[in-house]
Amino acid sequence: MQVTSSVRQPLVTGGKTYHDVTHDVSRQVEGKPSKLWYMAFLTAASVLALGSIALVTTLWEGIGTWGLNKTVGWAWDITNFVWWVGIGHAGTLISAVLLLFRQKWRTSINRAAEAMTIFAVICAAMFPVIHMGRPWVGAYWALPLPNTYGSLWVNFNSPLLWDVFAISTYFSVSLVFWYIGLIPDFATIRDRATGLRRKIYGALSFGWDGAAKTWMRYESVSLILAGLATPLVLSVHTIVSFDFATSVIPGWHTTIFPPYFVAGAIFSGFAMVLTLMIITRKVYKLEDYITIGHIELMNIVIIITGSIVGIAYITEFFIAWYSGVDAEQYAFINRATGPYWWAYWSMMTCNVISPQLFWIKKIRTSIVATFLLSLVVNIGMWFERFVIIVTSLHRDYLPSSWAMFYPSWADVGVYLFTFGVFFTFFFLFAKFFPVINMAEVKSVLKSTSEKAHK
Amino acid sequence: MERDTHFILGVYDDEDVLLHAVEKVRGSGVKIHEVYSPYPVHGLEHALGYKRSKLPIAAFLFGMLGTSLALTMQFYMMKFDWPMIIGGKNYAAFPDFVPVSFEMTVLLAAFGMVGVFLITSNLKPWAQPRIFDVRSTDDKHIMAIDLANNTSLKEDKIKSILTSSGATEVNRKSFE
Repeated sequence: MQVTSSVRQPLVTGGKTYHDVTHDVSRQVEGKPSKLWYMAFLTAASVLALGSIALVTTLWEGIGTWGLNKTVGWAWDITNFVWWVGIGHAGTLISAVLLLFRQKWRTSINRAAEAMTIFAVICAAMFPVIHMGRPWVGAYWALPLPNTYGSLWVNFNSPLLWDVFAISTYFSVSLVFWYIGLIPDFATIRDRATGLRRKIYGALSFGWDGAAKTWMRYESVSLILAGLATPLVLSVHTIVSFDFATSVIPGWHTTIFPPYFVAGAIFSGFAMVLTLMIITRKVYKLEDYITIGHIELMNIVIIITGSIVGIAYITEFFIAWYSGVDAEQYAFINRATGPYWWAYWSMMTCNVISPQLFWIKKIRTSIVATFLLSLVVNIGMWFERFVIIVTSLHRDYLPSSWAMFYPSWADVGVYLFTFGVFFTFFFLFAKFFPVINMAEVKSVLKSTSEKAHK
Repeated sequence: MERDTHFILGVYDDEDVLLHAVEKVRGSGVKIHEVYSPYPVHGLEHALGYKRSKLPIAAFLFGMLGTSLALTMQFYMMKFDWPMIIGGKNYAAFPDFVPVSFEMTVLLAAFGMVGVFLITSNLKPWAQPRIFDVRSTDDKHIMAIDLANNTSLKEDKIKSILTSSGATEVNRKSFE
């Protein structure tokens, strides 16, 4: 029985009992999907199907189908890659960093956020693979395999190779972390089910029985995985930023990139978590689990990381001026006032100005405002990567090779394809997997009440 | 009496009652087979007298293995097997080897530890768990007492100890 405290806000509202938690979450898995779910799933699957035309064309014809030219050799592909990886940072941050900091409010949102992380990293990983042009021989360029001309290896001095290791480690460790958390909840569904569902969830639950000894080991595993995932999550976007920061291109060659990219990743990741969770809580009627309190806390993280990103933008400008390097100064002035001024100012408005609205309590506790601003932040963060990549490249060393980048239909299509993949996976997850970590929510149900630790 | 077949089950609603009950039951000389809970109860492993898990050691050893493998691989490939001048750097450019070594450390530590966890806890897709009470994954804590391990006490005595310790139900369960 839940007892509410007079001092502390309860994390779960509505006076839920343990059985209510089981019932409210398992209901989604056991019941028939609603019409709304079918519509959403079919929309996502159609986007995936449409986008796959662009993907197949790109693989068949080569990346000549993209809008790249010899000046701008990286554009939407790497923009989308960094954008998706950034989104993929929230899940592990919520479940690992907030676990280490003992932030118990994470329990209602960590499951869905981790799922989102995994799907976002899948989408992200597609771009470097596709942009190799001939991904079927890509293993020789990306993995330390001796190639056919002798034992020539991959280049371990290259940040692009570090990225291969970082992203694949991040993906597999996040997947394991997520799955370990799912095991007890699959067991709960197994014990409520009969027939085929019992068999399927029985296999998925790995024969979990909830013994105290297993729980003890489980807790130990979660804590260490969190300890490992925390530096991992920070390292991934740091290494992604090295792709740019270790080069000598003005606008990329910046030592501020690692912390600035990590803050940006958390910023965009939380925005995407909010976008998805606001819809999920509404459709699945989980308002008692994902409360306004949760939304407000996530919005506070958005103000902080948004402000860090804002300061980073200004610092880049200051350092360009202070360094006295003409090329660096030109790169930044060109960003703000050159032909891509509109991208730069979209980024500034979406990422620096709009999140500041969350200082007003009425806005950060409003669901409509949060939803709209979370979309704005996602758009802004896409522009940030576009600005960094394209505006730094389009003014080459020779004015005769200066160019603009115009995306082709294949660029747009491949980006759409990843949206299709992301939402198709997310909707499947939301139907067949428990969207809230039942075991963890049950474990905080009482400790946030008055009776705790008596 | 055969081991692992006949059990007395105490059903508890509340984690705090359970913690006191475990101490009380063990105090009155009853050996507890295991307690099954829907969520981790903090302090239960101490109350049951379990030794700390050795999984952190496994994680550390696997992590060290990851670091050594990654460093060996990179030095072997870049310095010994096929040295090439890249950007005027040393063949053995140690700072450049740090990111991959770090990632491999995390990867092996995580996978190694989780592997050990799954094996020691007998968790595998084809495992058939013995379920004492299906409510133990929903909202009840189930304390299982193996009768064969407590032959010095009468069954009724064990039942009364469980009831007085706060169990809301006391059941008997036998497996084939």
